[in-house]
Amino acid sequence: MSRVLVGVKRVIDYAVKIRVKPDHSGVVTDGVKHSMNPFCEIAVEEAVKLKEKKLIKEVVAVSCGPTQVTETIRTALAMGCDRGIHVEVSGKDYEAMGPLQISKIFAALAKKEEASLIILGKQAIDDDCNQTGQMTAALLDWPQGTFASEVTIDGEKVKVVREIDGGLETIKISMPAVLTADLRLNTPRYATLPNIMKAKKKKIANMKPADLGVDMVSRVEVLRVDEPPTRLAGVKVETVDDLVAKLRANGTI
Amino acid sequence: MLNHLLYVLSFSSIPVVKAATVSGSDMANPLRREVRQLYKNLLFLGREYPKGADYFRERLKSAFMKNKDVTDPKEIKKLVDRGEFVIKELEALYYLRKYRAMKKRYYEDEMSAVLNIGRPVD
Repeated sequence: MSRVLVGVKRVIDYAVKIRVKPDHSGVVTDGVKHSMNPFCEIAVEEAVKLKEKKLIKEVVAVSCGPTQVTETIRTALAMGCDRGIHVEVSGKDYEAMGPLQISKIFAALAKKEEASLIILGKQAIDDDCNQTGQMTAALLDWPQGTFASEVTIDGEKVKVVREIDGGLETIKISMPAVLTADLRLNTPRYATLPNIMKAKKKKIANMKPADLGVDMVSRVEVLRVDEPPTRLAGVKVETVDDLVAKLRANGTI
Repeated sequence: MLNHLLYVLSFSSIPVVKAATVSGSDMANPLRREVRQLYKNLLFLGREYPKGADYFRERLKSAFMKNKDVTDPKEIKKLVDRGEFVIKELEALYYLRKYRAMKKRYYEDEMSAVLNIGRPVD
């Protein structure tokens, strides 16, 4: 039976109103509420479900970043992961960290831990890259089942139903493989206080990217961050005829 | 729905079980632990409450204090169960909020696409 690696990312909480820094170098993160990326929660839930069905043996939660990401790993442990790995990245390296560096880390960890599955969220709600899963699969030369809305393990193969434009696509891929979780894959359980207390006994290993032979040098530089353009106010109309006229003028009908 | 949840909570008047009195009340102890754990669990959940953690904590505390003199173990158990129910309701609330926010942000509604509404203006 197999081992699954699950990636969890610590992001600014989805309900927080994002503010751009005055110097436009990024968004304000100090003192702002952070939590696990919603798609990562779905990934953790899927891995834990597979373990509960006794299809896989161990779930390892992995996160990269400064000390604070251990809170996110603790949440994953509270949801049912067996142990955690904290890949320590801080300062400038953390600011410049992106899908390329993460996928290199995951590729190295997958080999080290002899994982048969890597489950990630399809994208993070802060950078919306939607690249880490795909890059990880490419680096490992593993098949990928992205935008998964249903996962079934069938022996050494995985059947994945994918959400694509215009509908659903079903594929069958061999393990080891990389999966990325989409919104409708499952309903993540809440990490309640009793679960978090129980998870304190679980171990979180600490390591650095250098220990995995990964260089964190970024090839991407953020030049500027701006707020999106403000939406113009809606227009109220008096009669149905007015509405039809406006829709015609708009080119909608 | 948010107000409904807190109404249920306050109405349920989960009791704070008093410390064992001089007359000796061993029955109170396991219940006391249960009630205290329930309070802690609710407080933990309340951190994410949409109207704010402080708002939640105030009403949680008053709900518990409202019936601190309840002594009948059966009554206490019934009220603790109601507290567990509120926990489940809160978890469902939080999940729905998050799901709907993600759905709205990442998945285009077919009707909105047809009517060309809800998109930022160029």
